[in-house]
Amino acid sequence: MQTIPPDTELQIYRLMVRTRLLEERLSNLYRQGKLSGGLYRSLGQEGCAVASAMALGDGDLLSPLIRNLGSVLARGVPPRDVFAQYLGRATSPSHGKEGVLHFSSPELGIYAPTTMLGTMIPVLAGMVLGDRMRGLATVGMTYIGDGGSSTGAFHEGINFAAVQRLPLVLVLEHNGWAYSTPGEKQCRAARMADKAPGYGLPGVTVDGNDVAEVYFAVRQAVDRARNGGGPTLVECRTYRMKGHAEHDAQAYVDRSELETWREKDPILRLERSFDARGIVPLPDREQVAREEGALLDADLSAAEAAPLPSPETAFRGVFLDETIGERARRGTFTGGLP
Amino acid sequence: MSGDGAELFFVDAIRQALHQEMERDERVFVLGEDVGAYGGAFKATDGLLARFGEARVIDTPVSEEAIVGAAIGAAIRGMRPVAEMQFIDFLARAFDLLTNFASKNRYRTGIGVPMVVRGPAGAGVHGGPFHSQSPEGYYLHSPGLKIVVPSTAYDAKGLLLAAIRDEDPVLFLEHKFLYRRVKDFVPSGDYTVPIGKAAVRREGKDLTIVTWGAMVLVALEAAGILQGEEIDAEVIDLRTLVPLDEETLLSSVGKTSKCLVLHEDTRTGGPGGEIAATLAEKAFEYLDGPILRVTAPDTPVPFAASLEAAYLPGVETVLAAARRLASY
Repeated sequence: MQTIPPDTELQIYRLMVRTRLLEERLSNLYRQGKLSGGLYRSLGQEGCAVASAMALGDGDLLSPLIRNLGSVLARGVPPRDVFAQYLGRATSPSHGKEGVLHFSSPELGIYAPTTMLGTMIPVLAGMVLGDRMRGLATVGMTYIGDGGSSTGAFHEGINFAAVQRLPLVLVLEHNGWAYSTPGEKQCRAARMADKAPGYGLPGVTVDGNDVAEVYFAVRQAVDRARNGGGPTLVECRTYRMKGHAEHDAQAYVDRSELETWREKDPILRLERSFDARGIVPLPDREQVAREEGALLDADLSAAEAAPLPSPETAFRGVFLDETIGERARRGTFTGGLP
Repeated sequence: MSGDGAELFFVDAIRQALHQEMERDERVFVLGEDVGAYGGAFKATDGLLARFGEARVIDTPVSEEAIVGAAIGAAIRGMRPVAEMQFIDFLARAFDLLTNFASKNRYRTGIGVPMVVRGPAGAGVHGGPFHSQSPEGYYLHSPGLKIVVPSTAYDAKGLLLAAIRDEDPVLFLEHKFLYRRVKDFVPSGDYTVPIGKAAVRREGKDLTIVTWGAMVLVALEAAGILQGEEIDAEVIDLRTLVPLDEETLLSSVGKTSKCLVLHEDTRTGGPGGEIAATLAEKAFEYLDGPILRVTAPDTPVPFAASLEAAYLPGVETVLAAARRLASY
């Protein structure tokens, strides 16, 4: 059994804690009515996002899906950017034009997805295709769920990437639910990874709540991609512990299933592993939680103190040339008068 | 600009633009179905593979979402992709990628998507419902996307070069009827035609016909006949629908006081309604008659020659509308 280098493992632990505590703060804001939109939790899935993103190298590209908060934190996005996104503040990376994890931080190799599932697969394929043309050895990684793997964009994107042998890693988080629809209503294959051989690609299935399994499977896929071996589909078996979004009480979920998966929690799993190996004792973990809590509280205060975007910026940024259509956009509010 | 050049067919002007821009800028590449060895269904990319190789002339799977999606990704990372739709009708398969991803990306994320999606549009060659559509109306309603529709070989080259150099996504509609029917002087050197500027193809004082694409030919033929009836029609070729050249439009209608919009897209929700509304809002005091629309009917494009001829706006329909308009 391979072991993750100690510093990396501790960083994975820290980032999972950061992800969970950040979402807890978002959940509180949601209940206070302070969030502008919905909240899509990754509770119980933090291990997939964090460990997979930690397997990327410098300069690599990543596009998250809605539950991959841990992946953007792992790539260096500061929590204040995430808070500002959810709060719709002028200081958010999208300047309030977008919410949730829909923002780009190109300096960190982070690119915003759209809501329509699967679209990032062909788009990220194009990004690494472009980088290959420019002589860069960039690897791109994006995510899909059991539900999103039913889309046409999934098929077209992964097939194109396979044909072009593009350096792409596709992490399929099989969390059991697409909103309220269970995995068995998405796909008849025993494993979602079984989709990969049809494209001539390796497909592996790992325990998505075991960060070591995720880290090494993705690491191998990243190495293969960088060495010209083409894409890999890494299926991470995990479980969505919350509803689709905070408004969803997940009445369609068997409570005993939640109990079973609570025992498989990725943070708990790693802590048990620490105990078994006699490393990262409890005081150290408490120290991590304190430090992360303080960082998050400071970043949340900064985001809350930031202003809302100025209303006239709603009319800007459609084209590079701001004069195009500007009168028409403003005209919406003046009854069409010039 | 030097005087060098030649009379070229519309499609050859497009190929020349692609070839020259790929020579000039190594970021430019083409991708699409059968664009490589076959040279494209209409030969618009013929010869590019031999010159530039498989890395820059990419034959893709039959996957319009992958074609447009990959073009978006490459553009975001600094390339200048030109994606070919074998027929522009097929772009419906990638509607989401073009309208939700490419068009909105600058607004949502601050990152522009400098890509061109180009392909053959329009009817008149017996292509039936899925090889003949004029889809302007679908895409006109997508803020962030420019729409270019040339009607001459000169414009086809100059506008395509401008489109590839544009920092925002451009939908470039090539009317397939024009590919090997329109031939005019195309300078051999580098030049661009600015996106967003209409061309006055025929000056007149009695009424304005606003049109674009293959309908420019219909408008000009009708205007010639109207001349014999002492109706002096001005013909405006919009050349780009987004951004719309309101200045040229308003200046012409300010002069003629009468406007007829002619387009091959279907009527309801077509660009003609938007143009008419713009004139109603901004030129009301100049108008001496109703703004008329001559368009394709609200039906799919039929196959049989007789049905297609009935479907397409023709000279006779334009003449009837123009005569009615002139009577005000």
